[in-house]
Amino acid sequence: MKKFSRISFLIFLFIGFQLSSNAAEKVEYLKTDWSFKGPFGKFDRAALQRGYQVYQEVCSSCHSMKYLSYRNLVEKGGPEFSVEQAKAIAASFEVKDGPNADGEMFMRPGRLSDKLVMPYENEKAAQAANGGAYPPDMTVLVKARGGGVDYIYSLLQGYEDPPIGVSLDDGVYYNKYMYGNKIKMSNQLSEGLVEYSDGTNASVEQMAKDVSTFLMWTAEPHLETRHRMGFKAIVYLIILTTLVYFSMKRIWSRVKTDV
Amino acid sequence: MSEHEYIPKSKVGKWFNDRLPLLTLANHLTDYPTPKNLNYWWTFGGILTFCLITQIVTGLVLAMHYIAHADMAFGSVEHIMRDVNYGWLIRYIHANGASMFFLAVYIHIFRSLFYGSYKSPREIIWIIGIIIYLLMMAAAFLGYVLPWGQMSFWGATVITNLFSAIPLVGEGIVTWLWGGYSVDNPTLTRFFTLHYLIPFLILGLVVLHIWALHVPGNNNPIGIDVKKPSKDTVPFHPYIVIKDGFALLMFMIVFAFFVFYTPNILGHADNYIEANPLVTPAHIVPEWYLLPFYAILRSVPDKLLGVIAMLSAILILAALPWLDTSKIRSAVFRPLYKQFYWILVADVLILGYVGAMPAEGLYLLIARIATAYYFLHFLVVLPILGFKERTTPVPLSITEPILGGSPNLATVKNKDSFKG
Repeated sequence: MKKFSRISFLIFLFIGFQLSSNAAEKVEYLKTDWSFKGPFGKFDRAALQRGYQVYQEVCSSCHSMKYLSYRNLVEKGGPEFSVEQAKAIAASFEVKDGPNADGEMFMRPGRLSDKLVMPYENEKAAQAANGGAYPPDMTVLVKARGGGVDYIYSLLQGYEDPPIGVSLDDGVYYNKYMYGNKIKMSNQLSEGLVEYSDGTNASVEQMAKDVSTFLMWTAEPHLETRHRMGFKAIVYLIILTTLVYFSMKRIWSRVKTDV
Repeated sequence: MSEHEYIPKSKVGKWFNDRLPLLTLANHLTDYPTPKNLNYWWTFGGILTFCLITQIVTGLVLAMHYIAHADMAFGSVEHIMRDVNYGWLIRYIHANGASMFFLAVYIHIFRSLFYGSYKSPREIIWIIGIIIYLLMMAAAFLGYVLPWGQMSFWGATVITNLFSAIPLVGEGIVTWLWGGYSVDNPTLTRFFTLHYLIPFLILGLVVLHIWALHVPGNNNPIGIDVKKPSKDTVPFHPYIVIKDGFALLMFMIVFAFFVFYTPNILGHADNYIEANPLVTPAHIVPEWYLLPFYAILRSVPDKLLGVIAMLSAILILAALPWLDTSKIRSAVFRPLYKQFYWILVADVLILGYVGAMPAEGLYLLIARIATAYYFLHFLVVLPILGFKERTTPVPLSITEPILGGSPNLATVKNKDSFKG
């Protein structure tokens, strides 16, 4: 047992090293209470719906969401808009389809099965419209950043005047959470920028939290199922392990050796 | 193999077994005499078999949905994560399964190092094991490239570029590996093919590994030869089956924790950014299980020598049965070796740590010292230790701990002093 504890200590030391090595370059991110953290974490439906509204009204003019479909907005574990609501959302976008019988491409209203309409035709067009910087696709953005959802949440509120001695080019902004502190996206959120249909006060902090929650969901649409299934799987495994342990003790009692 | 002839009870069974002795094999596997003092470090062989099968089964399903094309690979992985029924579960098991596989294999290897399981007559088992380990690293590296994220792309670029260190033909080999002049679609398709192939090679080698094990039988914590079957052994079934099963379940709890609650913690965030040949990530780091070797590679200032050092660090293990000159297998009876063993464990962990850090300043210095010590351990410490070390007395058998034995029961029996 002594040996076991020594080795597990070494393993934990190693994992600790790993985590600290990732954390070494991180700044302290802003903290908030996420409803989806922890083994029983679930998304806050209202926050997801508000988050979608912020994405739609603010982010989506530059950032695409190319792996998400309108039908996902209805699915369980997500914002759970009603089918009618989602259909209306989809129909408010024009989707390029075709070719039709005449060989022409045509525009039609969006359907549930469509992917979210992208703000630009392609990456080059996105760069051209944004001073050479490509606004990254947002579907898995939370998982594509070391700090995860806390990073996004902090970044949205991290704009400040550059410290003395730091000069910024045109179209470059100072953000204390950005890697290298220089970001080509200007501060997007301001008090009361969107008007929440549920009457929630649209403070910068509230909007940042809502849209971060929404981005967490787009990155991990099955998070709730995963948490639920994980709990069941682990409880099942613990029960089975206990039963097997006692069976093992019984079988080995025939031999004069400890297990 | 079996000590007694096995004859099936039923007529049909006998008819079949005379033509293909599968039942004899099954009987050998269940009756296989196993030392009864095996501790839990011996359960990792079974756990590794589980890991291999898990990877093959989940990989098979992933391959049904994955598209090996530079423009579609990343999207097809997202398709698996979002639209395929339980695709997220299968992919997270496969991705974390690789880490679990390596965790288990490192424990398995270090168990072998502690108890001297690589020594005569088990050298072939050990060498097959090293080949399996090499193939595992190849499979893991190739698999990491398939999602076609930033770390996939740049990892592939860095590792394949190592071959350019070979004099004269290096550049040609790299072009040949890539199937072009940079890592691109042809590279991805061949990596996918090889990633699919290697697990089956491993499976074949695992069969040989177990076959070679069943010739001399298991080593055990006190490292003595065990007469089999005897009071010192138990049949594999049910004793070892249930014990391995219990350990496997414990392992699965840890596995499940990673899959369900922190599925991305062992991966790198950059791999959720689609590969972009025009943007290099700030730090290119391999997966955690390759970090010690990455540290060795970078600690040598010359590229070619670095590659040679990295390869030697693995291949030197194959020579271990002859580098370790001690006649005593288990570290339990080797007080000095035990100390050096733990120093080696710490050394490898330190290498892993500095492998994740930028190769500069103090980190580089530590990496160099740790690399030098790694080779020193195998090339100097082990050979000398075998001659100089004063070992403690070894029991003659597991059940009757008479002191003064030797790892080879046959030689002990011939000595008069131990007769009766």
